[in-house]
Amino acid sequence: MEYLVGIQGPDFVLVAADNVAASSILQMKHDQDKMFKLSEKILLLCVGEAGDTAQFAEYIQKNLQLYKMRNGYELSPSAAANFTRKNLADYLRSRTPYHVNLLLAGYDETDGPGLYYMDYLSSLSKAPFAAHGYGAFLTLSILDQHYKPDLTREEAVDLLKKCIEELRKRFIVNLPSFTVRLIDKEGIHDLEKLSSGAK
Amino acid sequence: MALFQVTGFKHYAELRAQILPSGQTHLVDRTNHYNFGTKTQEFAVPVGVDPSSFLKSCDREGGSSAGRYLASNDVNKVIEINPYLLGTMSGSAADCQYWERLLAKECRLYRLRNNHRISVAAASKLLSNMMVGYRGMGLSMGSMICGWDKEGPGLYYVDDNATRLSGCMFSTGCGSSFAYGVVDSGYREDMTVEEAYELGRRGIAHATHRDAYSGGFVNMYHMREDGWIKVCKEDVSELIHRYRKGMF
Repeated sequence: MEYLVGIQGPDFVLVAADNVAASSILQMKHDQDKMFKLSEKILLLCVGEAGDTAQFAEYIQKNLQLYKMRNGYELSPSAAANFTRKNLADYLRSRTPYHVNLLLAGYDETDGPGLYYMDYLSSLSKAPFAAHGYGAFLTLSILDQHYKPDLTREEAVDLLKKCIEELRKRFIVNLPSFTVRLIDKEGIHDLEKLSSGAK
Repeated sequence: MALFQVTGFKHYAELRAQILPSGQTHLVDRTNHYNFGTKTQEFAVPVGVDPSSFLKSCDREGGSSAGRYLASNDVNKVIEINPYLLGTMSGSAADCQYWERLLAKECRLYRLRNNHRISVAAASKLLSNMMVGYRGMGLSMGSMICGWDKEGPGLYYVDDNATRLSGCMFSTGCGSSFAYGVVDSGYREDMTVEEAYELGRRGIAHATHRDAYSGGFVNMYHMREDGWIKVCKEDVSELIHRYRKGMF
């Protein structure tokens, strides 16, 4: 029932994730942060089976930090995405697979902004926009309809608001608020939390 | 004795005096730092102490079912890890007791190695890391780790699939949905201690009343800056009777 979304612009990536930590039929927490900072300009958004998400995301996070310590430089977003995918694929074929769906968003000095979509079967694709969860069924069409590669930051935020409004209107689960972050050449910026109002 | 001096051996009582604040030592006199016996249940509230600013009240109903039978009506589902940490048990009593006892050991070792108490975040992470190794192998545990450290009060929810969440209020176990119904409607961030006691008590009493698998007593603890105190142990049926009288 979780929702992740990412929208890439000409010089930035905008990402959002809901704040609900659910356990069976209950919402245990309403201010959960599902984004993990992998480096100064890379964010990993993670949803999936309870327990797996934090475990896998922190494992990737710590390994990227280790890489930085060993080599003196950080992985690029595309390298980080491929590293994450490889790990997910290896675990998929082990006795303890991680059931997690991921979005990786980052900014690279040479490649510019990048948004990567990964699912629990460890498929990886680079996308201009992407969404995970049941919410994706409702919102991908909105993104298809309104997305343009040269959209400004304000337009991206408006597009995101359109998606969240659609969730509020049609989605059966109440997702009261969303963390929104923007990554550009300056780094990761926290934007104002979006709330879909009381349903 | 000379060997003791060389190795830095300290008598237990001396060591304990360092660990526990001086005011509290009279409360606990344990040969073993973890103790789940019934004899430690009736701790009195220290008199003349004004409850400090923030409260994490932590309370559990006290019936324990085993298979088809109600094994005991007087089981304390709060595990006293140390004077600054409490763990609640729901799910399998055996798993909870075993793993929280192991957690108590790790917390104690941490204290001895580092000369300061373990934080609540770290303690709960230890428990969640224990759960990771046994995921999908049939453990059943829903626990809240509650404590006071340098950061102030802390409350974490840890369960058998290694989910670990921090928060201001949680409820676990099969009656948790009923408790949430009561507690959510009465919870405010600026509650007084007395209000929180009453809300917690009501939450557990009503949950226990509705849930077929819970029952017995409300054991209530209060985590404060100077360690936990046991607030009360009340019979659920009496409480429900009292609430009913108030209603009609």
